[in-house]
Amino acid sequence: MTTVEASGRRLEDQHQHRWRRFKSGAMSALAVLSAAAVILPLGFVLFHLLLQGASSVNVDFFTRTPAAPGSPGGGMANAIAGSAELLALATALGAPIGVLGAIYLSEYSSPAVAASIRFVADVLNGVPSIIWGVLVFGVVVVPMHGFSTLAGAVALAIMMIPLVLRTTEEVLLLVPGGYREAALALGIARWKIVVHIVVRTASRGIVTGVLLAVARISGETAPLLFTAFGNLNWNLGLTQPIAALPLQIYTYAVSPYEDWHRQAWAGALVLISLIFLLNLSVRFLTRAKRL
Amino acid sequence: MPLPAEKTELEDSPIPVGKAASPWGNATFRSVALAAALVAVAILLLLVWQLVSDSLPTLRAFGLKLLASEDWNAGAEEYGALPFIYGTVVTSAIALVLAVPLSIFTAVYLTDLAPVWIRQPLVSLIEMLAAVPSVIWGLWGIFVLVPWLRTAVFPALRAVLGPIPGVGSLFSGPIFGLGYLSAGIIVAVMIVPIVTAVSREILRSVPNLQREAAYALGATRWEVTRIAVLSYARRGLLGAAVLGLGRALGETMAVTMVIGNSPQISASLFAPGYTLASVIANEFGEAGADRMYTSALFELGLILLVITVVVNVGALLLVRAATTKGGSRFA
Amino acid sequence: MNPPLGSPEPRTYSEPMRPPQPAVGQSPQPVRQIAISVEGLNLWYGKNQALFDVSLGFPARSVTAIIGPSGCGKSTLLRTLNRMHEVTPGTRMTGRVRLFGDDLYRSGMDPTILRRRVGMIFQKSNPFPTLSVRENVLVGLRLNGVRDKEVLRERLEECLRMAALWDEVKDNLNRPGISLSGGQQQRLCIARAIAMRPEVLLMDEPSSALDPIATARIEELVHELKETFTIVIVTHNMQQAARVSDHTAFMYLGRLIEMGTTQKIFQRPEHRQTEEYITGRFG
Ligand SMILES: Nc1ncnc2c1ncn2[C@@H]1O[C@H](COP(=O)(O)OP(=O)(O)O)[C@@H](O)[C@H]1O
Ligand SMILES: [Mg+2]
Repeated sequence: MTTVEASGRRLEDQHQHRWRRFKSGAMSALAVLSAAAVILPLGFVLFHLLLQGASSVNVDFFTRTPAAPGSPGGGMANAIAGSAELLALATALGAPIGVLGAIYLSEYSSPAVAASIRFVADVLNGVPSIIWGVLVFGVVVVPMHGFSTLAGAVALAIMMIPLVLRTTEEVLLLVPGGYREAALALGIARWKIVVHIVVRTASRGIVTGVLLAVARISGETAPLLFTAFGNLNWNLGLTQPIAALPLQIYTYAVSPYEDWHRQAWAGALVLISLIFLLNLSVRFLTRAKRL
Repeated sequence: MPLPAEKTELEDSPIPVGKAASPWGNATFRSVALAAALVAVAILLLLVWQLVSDSLPTLRAFGLKLLASEDWNAGAEEYGALPFIYGTVVTSAIALVLAVPLSIFTAVYLTDLAPVWIRQPLVSLIEMLAAVPSVIWGLWGIFVLVPWLRTAVFPALRAVLGPIPGVGSLFSGPIFGLGYLSAGIIVAVMIVPIVTAVSREILRSVPNLQREAAYALGATRWEVTRIAVLSYARRGLLGAAVLGLGRALGETMAVTMVIGNSPQISASLFAPGYTLASVIANEFGEAGADRMYTSALFELGLILLVITVVVNVGALLLVRAATTKGGSRFA
Repeated sequence: MNPPLGSPEPRTYSEPMRPPQPAVGQSPQPVRQIAISVEGLNLWYGKNQALFDVSLGFPARSVTAIIGPSGCGKSTLLRTLNRMHEVTPGTRMTGRVRLFGDDLYRSGMDPTILRRRVGMIFQKSNPFPTLSVRENVLVGLRLNGVRDKEVLRERLEECLRMAALWDEVKDNLNRPGISLSGGQQQRLCIARAIAMRPEVLLMDEPSSALDPIATARIEELVHELKETFTIVIVTHNMQQAARVSDHTAFMYLGRLIEMGTTQKIFQRPEHRQTEEYITGRFG
């Protein structure tokens, strides 16, 4: 706001100028307030997560399965393991497809084809996540006659593909053409250049993109509602319904039981810690020296 | 007539100089990569095909009537989409009205006003805000935000705005806590990060020359922002807002948790309602073997998909036109 | 362009292989000394022609410099010698290039294999950023299927020695290639290229981004390497051409104007344009 004052000082002390100066100051103040208002909910949500959730994050929470509805105790061990399994499967399915697709766009395709596939990926990224649940219900759950880990993983993988595709393509395009030429001049086969030189050069960026996508899908609930479905008991098999942390938080939050509400807060605290941890590691990766 | 090559002294090369490693390597790898790229296209086609074919039963039985009917009662085979479309539009509108000005002001603050040392931390905080999952906003909404709105904010709003003719009807009637306004506020919080981030990109692409020219004319700081920055970036900012709208329309979990889930159309923003996404989330699992019921829900999904894709494509075009001027990175 | 008869450099390059069909049975004797011969080369980038009817020969085991003002087609010519121009979309070429008599553009010639025989050094040094010094030198061998540890170890030292880099890096071969100084990086690129044991080394302004001391070391290196390799070096620096090369070709606007021994080109150029260029009157 120093410039506001400075420019004010330069101006004649006229009525209109004072009004303009006032308006400028007011608008600057409004901008500051907006920024504060935007951050406020984050502060509140973190505060309440710690306040309500921290006391229920104990050993039981990480080692036990849910207690019977309404009775105290129990934990979310199965949901944590389930989320880990779903994310691992989704990454194993989605990340390679996204990375390979991006390789095609940046290393092989014509600009026009690349632009259209990029556009398709952007459209997919804008599809509401609940819709993916609906799709996977139709193409996996119905044919398999039941909710399953596999269905949940497919739904998450579908969300991951366009995310990874876009970020990977961007980092591949950042690899200077000189490296490709240098490798070609060594008489190395094209595909080996792509894998061992180009992808390796961009590997940090690719990993970053995959981690961001994992962070992005790890909180997803809607696509799991009628694919993974949730489970109050242990299951890690591929063809049975499986528990997931966000699903469990949802089920507990909308339940009528006090104790489940407490556990929902605890689950939310664990989930957000996981997500922030992933984002932090991304930051660490990107901050370290590039290329 | 090949001439004898001159030999070099380095003759023990272990490389099979005359033989390519594998003629298939390149072709195979390229095909695999192409197949992966086409997966994205296949997903889109599969999605459209699945939603259309599974909504056929209700599309055939009711045609466009489903769009126009207000009544939703699966037991009585009444499938009217109107309350959900209404709820989706109203919550998204509330979210936009709240989020867009806040986001643009925040973006202006970040690009033009804030001291440099504050910018990066603030951007990081907004990124953190974006990382909070929908279900956690819903949880916080149910147990913290809605009780506070119900007891402190909504009664005050009703007292102040209720008597005003016109807008008053939006802020009258019984206060439940759960309802359109609560859902809209939560969605606003959730779309602020994306709208802010895109607006910031847009504002940063405004050439500094614009600003300097305005300062040179003796404009105040706000006038510079309004004339040189905001009006210059108008289309891009519109794109950012539309992108936010695309997100808002499809928001599911948090909305489902705070909107009250009641398939009715009410003038009052305090009243409970329903959205396309939240009715799918709530009822899809129950529909089970009821063919018409499932089909009706698929059709709601199709409606939601069409709306969000149209909105998102519009936003992409607006934002792209605003950020890519000339130079391509393929150079 | 015709040197006087009896000049120490016979018609090896100044009377190029154009027309390219010597009568069958004619002694190819003078041609033997030519590593690469270029015959009637035209090249287009899209609609723009960059090379016009270029014909010349590059003598084996010696250094040939290509000089000429910027944009005259030096790099383009160089890249046709190992088919690197094909990487640029929209290029079209007519004419012939032979490597020791073998047509580079005949069907069945695999450019990948060709490039192992004709290595290339670029203007901007480009060691692979994620690879160590050791990996940079050996990457060509490794990715072409050489696994033998002993061979790799020997080749590593040999190439680094030939590139005059061994003493500077031998204590820490695992440091990243890009942690070296600019001059060292360029020598690392040379080591990387000669690890493939090419017959010809193409260098496109290899020292134009380096300081004078690093440049001098590269020039020294070029002088040593010509014992083993045929070297073609593009340079915009006439002093450099004069210092390092045995023969010099002068190009202008996509055409080869004149080629001869370096001494002759710089002391008794036959064409007015050559003379004007080397005396700095244009370019
Ligand atoms: N990739 C390319 N696409 C189109 N034109 C090119 C390309 N590379 C070079 N040219 C053109 O070909 C001519 C010769 O360029 P180049 O061989 O790079 O010259 P030099 O190396 O002598 O400076 C120039 O007119 C240049 O503009
Ligand atoms: Mg050049």
